[in-house]
Amino acid sequence: MAERTYPEPVATPETGEFWQATKEGRLLLKRCRGCSRFHWYPRAVCPHCMSGETEWVEAKGEGRIYSFSVMARAEPPFAIAYVELAEGVRMMTNIVDCPLDAIRIGQAVRVRFAPTQGGGRLPVFAPG
Amino acid sequence: MTIKGKAFIVGAYEHPTRKAPDKSIMQLHAEAARGALADAGLSKGDVDGYFCAGDAPGMGAFSVADYMNLKLRHVDSTDTGGSSYLVHVAHAAAAIAAGQCNVALITLAGRPRSEGMATGTAARPGNPGQPEVGFEYPYGLTVANGYAMAAMRHMHEFGTTSEQLAWVKVAASHHAQYNPDAMLRDVVTVEQVLASPMVATPLHRLDCCVISDGGGALVVTREDIARTLSRPLVRVIGAGEAPKFSDGGAIDLTYTGARFSGASAFAEAGVRPADIQYASIYDSFTITVVIQLEDLGFCEKGRGGAFVADGNLISGVGRLPFNTDGGGLCNNHPANRGGMTKVIEAVRQLRGEAHPRVQVPGCTLALAHGTGGLIATRHGSATLIMERI
Repeated sequence: MAERTYPEPVATPETGEFWQATKEGRLLLKRCRGCSRFHWYPRAVCPHCMSGETEWVEAKGEGRIYSFSVMARAEPPFAIAYVELAEGVRMMTNIVDCPLDAIRIGQAVRVRFAPTQGGGRLPVFAPG
Repeated sequence: MTIKGKAFIVGAYEHPTRKAPDKSIMQLHAEAARGALADAGLSKGDVDGYFCAGDAPGMGAFSVADYMNLKLRHVDSTDTGGSSYLVHVAHAAAAIAAGQCNVALITLAGRPRSEGMATGTAARPGNPGQPEVGFEYPYGLTVANGYAMAAMRHMHEFGTTSEQLAWVKVAASHHAQYNPDAMLRDVVTVEQVLASPMVATPLHRLDCCVISDGGGALVVTREDIARTLSRPLVRVIGAGEAPKFSDGGAIDLTYTGARFSGASAFAEAGVRPADIQYASIYDSFTITVVIQLEDLGFCEKGRGGAFVADGNLISGVGRLPFNTDGGGLCNNHPANRGGMTKVIEAVRQLRGEAHPRVQVPGCTLALAHGTGGLIATRHGSATLIMERI
């Protein structure tokens, strides 16, 4: 079966640091110095309080599946999901390295970094 | 300001085509406009307000209004995806109430079927300027799996079943059998829905709407003008709009903006869900209907699956006749945007012009509701309540 290939994410002035960190195996989140809340996807301006004082924090890389869907007829088949991270935010991702029919909501998952077509790394999650 | 009673829908036209390889999108817009104006008994020269959304090629409304050579005082190209055309009726009513136009024309057209568009299953890169693109597109987000994730969470939290979702399609198919223009006219069973190929778990092919070419148009005007025309009087009495987004990472897939747009519309109209005799409910997928019915207050949150089961949405059988044209699931989803046809079928019902086998007897109060965009990320939500007087 064909290996799933990931397109290269487009880095912007707001997200360059995030994508550099994924190449080093680190998942970064943005937290606001003003209201102390995490948010997703990472922004320069806090979506909760509009403060411009947001900072990068390394995530634990742990979470639970909030919801998912298996694209069984795609080539190759894959699972898209929202994972709720230990820090509280829900991020879109793929669930990998497990039988697709065994994925369950609430399942504990850990981040991995899948190679992208242009040499970057994309955060994905696997059980355990 | 309230729009209650300020505007009447006097023209409604659904283009009969479902596949138009030999027509341009502009041509379909203009043919739909011509049909709605003829239905109203008005002419192009009467139009002084024009409304369209992202299906119209060109900058905002400019190209399509230029193609039709409209002379305008008011223009509005608000785009909330498939819900745009419900928003447009409300905006037209507000513009009419404010004296900004007298006769508003709203059009929709597109040809995704002829263009071979994989509407539901192809990931789209979007514009790199969209800040979310890098965090969604690489994961293979599509329309189908986005709605499927909402369905999966709904099943998890509330025990909703695939059988219950299938009843939405079954009801739509019971209505579509009487619509000669419908793409899918065969009545289907719950078992047939469950046996159709899985597209994105838990949604099967028959949980998904059709991909069709086509279009539609509406004409909205002032009461004094409406009363000079020969069509039955359909008055807009309540409207609400409420887009909902990903909440900075606190996204909740179990409800839609209908919770807010519906409450606004009901409050403005001064009626309750139990009063509604007919409902057009956006049916991009079966799950869309279940969640919206809950959010609009037709049943409690989490009870939508039980509400739609056992034919409760079938005209003449259940408590809430819905999408009596066959809806997006069976009839038509022109330009991948179902809001226009939702309003059109509600107008038919209020006029008593739906197919006799699905017409709600004495229908005087109807609701139309649309969801546009992607329920799992960013979506528009718009509700209209209309009455026959």
